[in-house]
Amino acid sequence: MKIHEYQAKELMKARGIAVPMGAMATTVEDAVAAVRPLIEGSGNPVVVVKSQIHAGGRGKGRFKEHPELGGVTVVLDGIKGGIEAAEAKVRELAGKMLGSTLVTIQTGPEGKQVNRLYVEQGIDIATELYVSVVLDRSSSRNIVMVSTEGGTEIEEVAEQTPEKILKEEITPGFGLLPFQARAIAYGLGLEGAAFKNGVKFMHSLADAAVELDTDMIEINPLVVTTDGTVMALDGKMSFESNALFRHPDVEEMRDDSEEDPAELEASGYDLSFIKLDGSIGCMVNGAGLAMATMDIIKYVGGEPANFLDVGGGATAEKVTAAFKIITRDPSVKGIFINIFGGIMQCDTIAEGVVTAVKEVGLDVPLVVRLEGTNVELGKQIINESGLGVVSAEDMKDGAQKIVELTR
Amino acid sequence: MSVLVSKDTKVLVQGMGKTGRFHTDKAIAYGTRMVGAVHPSRAGQTENFTGDTDHSGVQGRADTYDLDVPIFRTVTEAIDVTGATVSVVYVPPPFAADAIMEAADAGLELVICITEGIPVSDMVSAKQYLAGKGARLVGPNCPGVITPQECKIGIMPGYIHTPGRIGVVSRSGTLTYEAVFQLTNNGLGQTTAIGIGGDPVNGTNFVDCLALFNDDPETEGVIMIGEIGGTAEEEACEWIKANMTKPVAGFIAGTTAPPGKRMGHAGAIISGGKGTAGDKIAAMEAAGVVVAPTPTDMGAAMLQALAI
Repeated sequence: MKIHEYQAKELMKARGIAVPMGAMATTVEDAVAAVRPLIEGSGNPVVVVKSQIHAGGRGKGRFKEHPELGGVTVVLDGIKGGIEAAEAKVRELAGKMLGSTLVTIQTGPEGKQVNRLYVEQGIDIATELYVSVVLDRSSSRNIVMVSTEGGTEIEEVAEQTPEKILKEEITPGFGLLPFQARAIAYGLGLEGAAFKNGVKFMHSLADAAVELDTDMIEINPLVVTTDGTVMALDGKMSFESNALFRHPDVEEMRDDSEEDPAELEASGYDLSFIKLDGSIGCMVNGAGLAMATMDIIKYVGGEPANFLDVGGGATAEKVTAAFKIITRDPSVKGIFINIFGGIMQCDTIAEGVVTAVKEVGLDVPLVVRLEGTNVELGKQIINESGLGVVSAEDMKDGAQKIVELTR
Repeated sequence: MSVLVSKDTKVLVQGMGKTGRFHTDKAIAYGTRMVGAVHPSRAGQTENFTGDTDHSGVQGRADTYDLDVPIFRTVTEAIDVTGATVSVVYVPPPFAADAIMEAADAGLELVICITEGIPVSDMVSAKQYLAGKGARLVGPNCPGVITPQECKIGIMPGYIHTPGRIGVVSRSGTLTYEAVFQLTNNGLGQTTAIGIGGDPVNGTNFVDCLALFNDDPETEGVIMIGEIGGTAEEEACEWIKANMTKPVAGFIAGTTAPPGKRMGHAGAIISGGKGTAGDKIAAMEAAGVVVAPTPTDMGAAMLQALAI
């Protein structure tokens, strides 16, 4: 689960990690009201207005409605014009940004509507760095990863200058050890007050990752200010969904408006669903088989419209819900149901499909491949239903048939 | 011969709830020696299983079974009474890592964890704990391990398996069934099929299983089924190049998966440009693995790799 930058900073601040002062705003008035306390509190006449969406690349992103405007805008008007000038500029910016659509490299061409802004104090930056805490699957441990190349995508650094990336493992039960935090601070070239602050920052960050069960924390840039403070200028956090039951406060930070409505509805039925761009809807049991079904559709010349895993213990009700979610998508020109029943019995699937078709109707071709437990019974239910369902012998046969029928 | 489990394997169930009961019943029907259960709140009771024998399992048994399985407070007590060496974990996600560690501490040789949805951080800790113990973990979030007609531990349908010559190792449950069924239909059969699970932190990995199959005299070839996310397949391919003496066929799911989206399994995600199907397929081909273009072709790819 992803959260917004301002929420991530709230969680960090509560754990002793230095972040700039800021305020979240959903209206123009709230955004304007944030300016005075920030400037007076920080003594810095600069403020920054940051779009809050669950996608990266906001700074370089542009609004569809206002192509001249970036998703993150620094307001310098307060330097000469004082607080009133800064407020006027924030009023103008917030008016344009709120409700508009921000397109970044991560949102896709359709972009995302900005419903929340974060107004933040300006910071006098001396150095920009990078830090993240992620799971290293090879060692089965979380690692703290830093680089001196702040502001640059870490993938780019890894490719072009891998020697600039430093990693330290977090040992379960021990956390990040002092010598490791020092090694990181040395590696980042920190000295004096910044060194001390950096060591403390790394400890707090590693502890936060463990305590909050984060999937990933990425701070890019991590900055050293002119007075030696080490501070999270940005903050990206995502959480491991299996551990959310331990963190009801984090769960409350979920912003449903950032999720795809169909994916959200599917998750309510405990279905794993991901919308894709193609025209062939898929319903499959098992994640690996569901992925492989998408692959085989593409292999025989079609394009999958979705990934959908109904899981091992699907009921007829779940199958009906899945069927409705697939058929509602107007780009779906045909449906392929691919089931290898182990625990999931073929007759259960067949009954669910027949019920769903009778309930919601069927305007597009449907190919069903059943294999596994109670397969004969399942096939019989489909064949005797009188519905125009095409049976397939195996996965490839089914994929070929549905691609053929949708041509 | 087979790997990990055989007809003599005595198995404990950790977590005799609804799911644990359902699959214990299927395992008994198959002929697996289910000797006890650990379920603290129900210790002292017995769980009764009756039904029709699954004749695709262990051969030469009566047509029906009627068995009382004793329930214990701890794994240690269960081992003392039953002599079990293996456990299967159906404990719910918040408590499953603890169950794994208890099993390891009690001295079991093999712990197979079926539970899906265990917090990654729990597995990070459990894995660290296991490093100092003798137990091997398979899973979590996996279908289990089966040696056809000898021992079925997990949630796979028994009847699609048949004893034979091929080892199967997979990150995906249903794709394991696809491979197994094709091997049954083309006559190659299986020595043992191992589901290693779809989570980012798991116990036994591809390399461990490949090594087991490489050393097993009855296994003549291996099918290895991977998916997007992580670099376990690439590491396995390095091992194959250096050590594997038997032919390997493979398949990778997720060629069409978009980056940044978790494809059902917690571990199946392309992130930071790493873990793509393309990279994994290239690594397999470079290691001499015959890669099936679609999952329907896995059995045929194995035949090709064996040069039959």
